[in-house]
Amino acid sequence: MSSALSIRQLTKTYANGFQALKGIDLEVAEGDFFALLGPNGAGKSTTIGILSTLVNKTGGSVQVFGHDLDRDPAGLKRCLGVVPQEFNFNQFEKTLDIVVTQAGYYGIPARIAKARAEQYLTQLGLWEKRDVPSRMLSGGMKRRLMIARALVHQPRLLILDEPTAGVDIELRRSMWSFLSELNRQGITIILTTHYLEEAEQLCRHIGIIDHGRIVEHTSMRELLKTLHVETFLIDLKEPQLVEPQLAGYPSRLVDDHTLEVQVEKSRGMTALFSQLEQQGIEVLSLRNKTNRLEELFVSLVERNLDGVAP
Amino acid sequence: MSLELRANLVALQTIVAREVHRFLRIWPQTLLPPAITMVLYFVIFGNLIGGRIGEMGGFPYMDYIVPGLIMMAVITNAYGNVVSSFFGSKFHRSVEELMVAPLSPHTILVGYVLGGVLRGLAVGTIVTLLSLFFANLQVHHLGLIVLVVLLTSTIFSLGGFVNAVFARNFDDISIIPTFVLTPLTYLGGVFYSIDLLPPFWQAVSLGNPILHMVNAFRYGILGVSDIGIGTAIAFMLVATALLYAYCLRLLVSGRGMRQ
Repeated sequence: MSSALSIRQLTKTYANGFQALKGIDLEVAEGDFFALLGPNGAGKSTTIGILSTLVNKTGGSVQVFGHDLDRDPAGLKRCLGVVPQEFNFNQFEKTLDIVVTQAGYYGIPARIAKARAEQYLTQLGLWEKRDVPSRMLSGGMKRRLMIARALVHQPRLLILDEPTAGVDIELRRSMWSFLSELNRQGITIILTTHYLEEAEQLCRHIGIIDHGRIVEHTSMRELLKTLHVETFLIDLKEPQLVEPQLAGYPSRLVDDHTLEVQVEKSRGMTALFSQLEQQGIEVLSLRNKTNRLEELFVSLVERNLDGVAP
Repeated sequence: MSLELRANLVALQTIVAREVHRFLRIWPQTLLPPAITMVLYFVIFGNLIGGRIGEMGGFPYMDYIVPGLIMMAVITNAYGNVVSSFFGSKFHRSVEELMVAPLSPHTILVGYVLGGVLRGLAVGTIVTLLSLFFANLQVHHLGLIVLVVLLTSTIFSLGGFVNAVFARNFDDISIIPTFVLTPLTYLGGVFYSIDLLPPFWQAVSLGNPILHMVNAFRYGILGVSDIGIGTAIAFMLVATALLYAYCLRLLVSGRGMRQ
């Protein structure tokens, strides 16, 4: 499969001397759904800024579907749609006008632009709001408007910088299904998010960036395999006053109805349930304490923090 | 026509349409104020005071100042359109919509300049029509009138673009019009002939670009000028070329737009 995005030794040092990117390499295959994760200030937005030509790189190379950022920026831009983190449209313009105008900037004639704007605004539930000035839209609607705007020139690579930030859970799930459908249609998607559940559900590959360096770059499945210990919360039917003794399973009572247990993957859970049954403890339900990816993310970033000189 | 050129023409049309739509939508802020201001100039300077001044350059004072007043409206509106529109797009970051698109910097620059020129022409037309109620306008050289208006509005649209690129807040977009454009316009022979000035100030006035524009335009209407028309046109052509090259450089470097 050919490469949608290829980044080599990308560096960025801002005018104030801050080195945001310290030579990152990143490869995203065509058709992939890729998560670019990292704590605040890690370099995610700088990377996206360079891809969308809003930030000048200091060194390195970037190619999108073979179009080099230095040699063929127009070709690169035509393949790329970007949904930024911050709202960046004229708040006084109408919803429909924003999308149609953006299509015009890509050289798409008005008739086609209007048809596509209707298609994407309808799919994103905004067609009813087409004549409303964009400042009157809710935060979630503004995010969807930026997605419609980024799609209107039908890019092959869509980059979304925290598209679901501040969006309620129902809307977030509808956006997930919309993005999954786009990906099924063949659009390569790169997503940055702080909701790791979102990344785990949607993405097939993952890159974790921290302090301007890529600290992990692998498939989601491989990454999750490296998680040796998971922490579960067990809801108990009867209140427990004394902490149960569970051999091989470090545990503690969170409250009289909730038990927190650490389970090594190699050990499995059968023995845990046997011991609980032997002690007459009935289990109502079981859930992960934190998202599995979140546990890995925290450990990777903490490990990087230990290894990085201040 | 190549695909790239066709795409840029569509983009240019989009930018110009957006700019025109913008100044038409907010017409009480863009088209109405210059009409009211110029009517006041016509009444006060032309009718009330002008009646006592008599003639200037061989014409009634009212007829003499009308070309300058039209140019004044064209200058301030062409400049104001580009500076407020481009700075506004920087302020609410919609300039990023242009920067991420595969547009030639020429397309962006020409689009904004055409927006400024069209507003200058719209206001110039309104002021000219209003002046017919107060003065006896002639047309000495139509081609020159059109050429001077186009060059002047282009120069000041480009000037507005430079101002918008460097502006960091809304105060910065009013400094140049207040402290540079207005004094230069008032001292640019709108209300008087520089023949009235002592030789030293006549020589100083020749360094004022607006003097050249006002006099070239006045020549197109009345057939009189304080300066050579060839010099004025050459000056405007050189200024247009230099400013265009500078604006293009600013756009390519992304100054004030890219980090």
